[in-house]
Amino acid sequence: MSHTAPSASSKVVPASGPITMVDAIRQAMFEEMERDPAVVAIGEDIGVYGGAFKVTDGLLAKFGRERVIETPIAETAIIGAACGMSFLGLRPVAEMQFIDFIACCFNQVTNFVAKSHYLWGAPVPMVIRGPSGGGVHGGPFHSANPEMYFVHTPGLKVIYPSTPSDAKGLLKSAIRDNNPVLFFEHKYLYRRLKEEMPPGDYTVPIGKAIVRRAGRDLTIVSYAAMAHIAMEAAVLLAKEGIEAEVIDLRTLLPLDKDTILTSVKKTNKLLVVHEDTRTGGIAGEIAALVFEGAFEDLDGPVARVTALDTPVPYAPPLEERFLPNTEKVVAAARELAKY
Amino acid sequence: MTQSATQPATQPMTREQHLDLYYYMQLNRQLEERMVRLFRQNKIVGGLYSSLGQEAVSVGTCYALEKRDWIAPMIRNIGALLVKGVPPRDIFTQHMAKFTSPTLGKDGTSHFGDLKVRHIVSPISMLGDLIPVMTGVAMAGRYLGQNIVALTWIGDGGSSTGAFHEGLGLAASQRAAFVLIIENNQWAYSTPVSRQVPIQNLADRGAAYGIASAIVDGNDVVAVYQAAKEAVNECRAGRGPRIIEVKTMRMRGHAQHDPAEYVPKEMFDYWKARDPITLYEKYLSENKIWDAAAKSEIDARIERELDVEQKFAEDSPLPPPELAEEGVYCDGCHKIEADWKRAKADLMPPKSSIDPTWRLKDLPAYTQAAITGGNGAKTSSQTPVPAATAAPASHPAMQKSVPAPAPERIQPQPGPQAAHAAPGTEVVTEEPAVPRVPFGRGPKDKAFRQSPENPQNKPAYTRAPKEKSFSRNPQEKSFSKGPRNKPFGKNAQGKPFTKNPQDKQGRR
Ligand SMILES: Cc1ncc(C[n+]2csc(CCOP(=O)(O)OP(=O)(O)O)c2C)c(N)n1
Ligand SMILES: [Mg+2]
Repeated sequence: MSHTAPSASSKVVPASGPITMVDAIRQAMFEEMERDPAVVAIGEDIGVYGGAFKVTDGLLAKFGRERVIETPIAETAIIGAACGMSFLGLRPVAEMQFIDFIACCFNQVTNFVAKSHYLWGAPVPMVIRGPSGGGVHGGPFHSANPEMYFVHTPGLKVIYPSTPSDAKGLLKSAIRDNNPVLFFEHKYLYRRLKEEMPPGDYTVPIGKAIVRRAGRDLTIVSYAAMAHIAMEAAVLLAKEGIEAEVIDLRTLLPLDKDTILTSVKKTNKLLVVHEDTRTGGIAGEIAALVFEGAFEDLDGPVARVTALDTPVPYAPPLEERFLPNTEKVVAAARELAKY
Repeated sequence: MTQSATQPATQPMTREQHLDLYYYMQLNRQLEERMVRLFRQNKIVGGLYSSLGQEAVSVGTCYALEKRDWIAPMIRNIGALLVKGVPPRDIFTQHMAKFTSPTLGKDGTSHFGDLKVRHIVSPISMLGDLIPVMTGVAMAGRYLGQNIVALTWIGDGGSSTGAFHEGLGLAASQRAAFVLIIENNQWAYSTPVSRQVPIQNLADRGAAYGIASAIVDGNDVVAVYQAAKEAVNECRAGRGPRIIEVKTMRMRGHAQHDPAEYVPKEMFDYWKARDPITLYEKYLSENKIWDAAAKSEIDARIERELDVEQKFAEDSPLPPPELAEEGVYCDGCHKIEADWKRAKADLMPPKSSIDPTWRLKDLPAYTQAAITGGNGAKTSSQTPVPAATAAPASHPAMQKSVPAPAPERIQPQPGPQAAHAAPGTEVVTEEPAVPRVPFGRGPKDKAFRQSPENPQNKPAYTRAPKEKSFSRNPQEKSFSKGPRNKPFGKNAQGKPFTKNPQDKQGRR
């Protein structure tokens, strides 16, 4: 099953004015490839077609076949080859047509790429990026949020931005990082919001969360599409007199413990919201972190709003039930605020 | 290996069979054309893929199977599902995510199966994965004595996946009754075959696995049927697996969202003139297998049937939201039972017991005489490796690896003898004289070594035992006391760690 149609794409990213996340990511790719010839792109249908979501549109024309490498449908080969290229000093950016297909090369990612530096001193400066997440009726194989498999893999870094400017700045940081970075692009956000890019060659640091909204009554920690849900919920909660502080993690590994703990020490209550399934989702990890670092500051149980522990179902009413939404977050926050 | 498709491998087809092929191809096409209209009316959930122009592949191959045989469709094999007896309503409802669909709306497209009656394995989107799975189906079929054949399809694009190659390797080594149809429709999304593989015929890949293959014109339904029939017969006779590459053309974009602007117009024009249904209609007329009346009768029947089926789907409800929570595990809702067609005693000792030793006859390629082959490419002056040290059945080139220069920062490498050793031979190297230094070194790593900074020879990464016990400080034994010296929970009133009693009622 597929994504919603990428409409006739503009090969040129608008020079100024607000742009979508797709354009922001593409801009980062262009700028990094212009800056450093060691940066190459590799993946399926990323050249002539410009990628299934048009993220790499125009790259081939500008940088040629040596730098925009179209591969057979062979994810294991893509990641393995990108890893090999990185050993010789290149900085490959590998695309998964949908991040779901990373399952096909799980071994390369978690055993070869992730462990090389620790075991034999070989850094792997590569990025694996691709569209992820649900909410577009993509069905069980085109909607996944597999980030936690990789958050559970020492040696990787995992980024999951929620805004165009973060996406651009973080992708640049990822490309410049000496470690393998997984870069999740929530497809629901690709074209739904626009933002003005900060001027110049800016980057956003990996491993730094951001407080999107200050509040005193409880902390809502989230990321990616759910960061927007959390913000919407915070606005509704404010009308009831509950002031939520909203943290957008942006990077899941390494996790920005300080920002979370500082906030929880202030608000004394924590709600984690993620689109990933519940068991083994990052909420559990964050809860443990808070128990270790701010146990005595807590005024209530750590709450979480997550997807169901099921595959992502296809039919709209099922997917709606599966996913967290604003109402579910407001309800959970309301309960938590009562403590 | 490649067999000409025109020579009939089987008995001549009856008129009824000929008309069946037409019926299913036309049903496939009309059904998909209706779905395109539904897509434009926003009644299809998600993407819509077309097999327009490839109907002969799905129909011709599946028609060669018997009822007991197993298939696993890809997204462009709607026609095969129809031949297997799946009613069109299942296809409509799957695409419309209706509660009445085989997956109740949990998945779409051709992603559904039927283990008990029609013997269909549901695909997943990840290309290639069905090949090992259907190999396993064939293996189990043989184990159970069912004499079944398992068949699936893979695109030209999907034939590059690891699962494709691992699956074929296993199928070949198991001699599985497995038929793989490589559906070469010239494109994998936006990528032409020539950019995927540097060989002309994908069927040639079979040779690497010792699998016999055939190549047929995928737009000639009779040729497709006959090639499939032959492959199925061979598999059923224990001479599987088989590969058939069908050459055809994807006549639309990858899915509805894709206008396929990257396909040269000439290519579409060429294949448009070779439309499989038009060609077959001509064949039926020229061979006087039917007449105009027979055709319009079938066409009318298809219209009637599809009207009913489509209406059923459109009138069907979407699934209730609660369904999302159900069905992750089988907690007794299914009964696992095998359909034994052979004596179970065959599989139990003493009958199942063997002498588990390799004999020379199991190792035909172990002598020097076996150091031959390849497809013509020459390697520079080979010194044949004495058979005694050579790994059985390995390529001579493998025996000649040059020891790599010692990498700068790496621990002592196994010596050259290791590189020559047969796989499985354990190589004992001397312990390095220098202490092992981990990588990722920084100031902290010094601590790893025994050094003046670490006089006790203690690894610095083990922490000195804490003087403190598990509880924070001796006076405050109570687990619930925080530094603020009040009960756990910091509400102004010093409330315990619960909500107000009245809140409790309204809870969940
Ligand atoms: C393992 C895997 N990688 C990527 C994809 C995304 N994808 C879906 S269909 C497709 C092209 C398939 O081409 P081909 O196998 O030739 O089949 P066709 O669409 O031509 O029928 C791609 C790349 C996928 N489904 N599975
Ligand atoms: Mg194809």
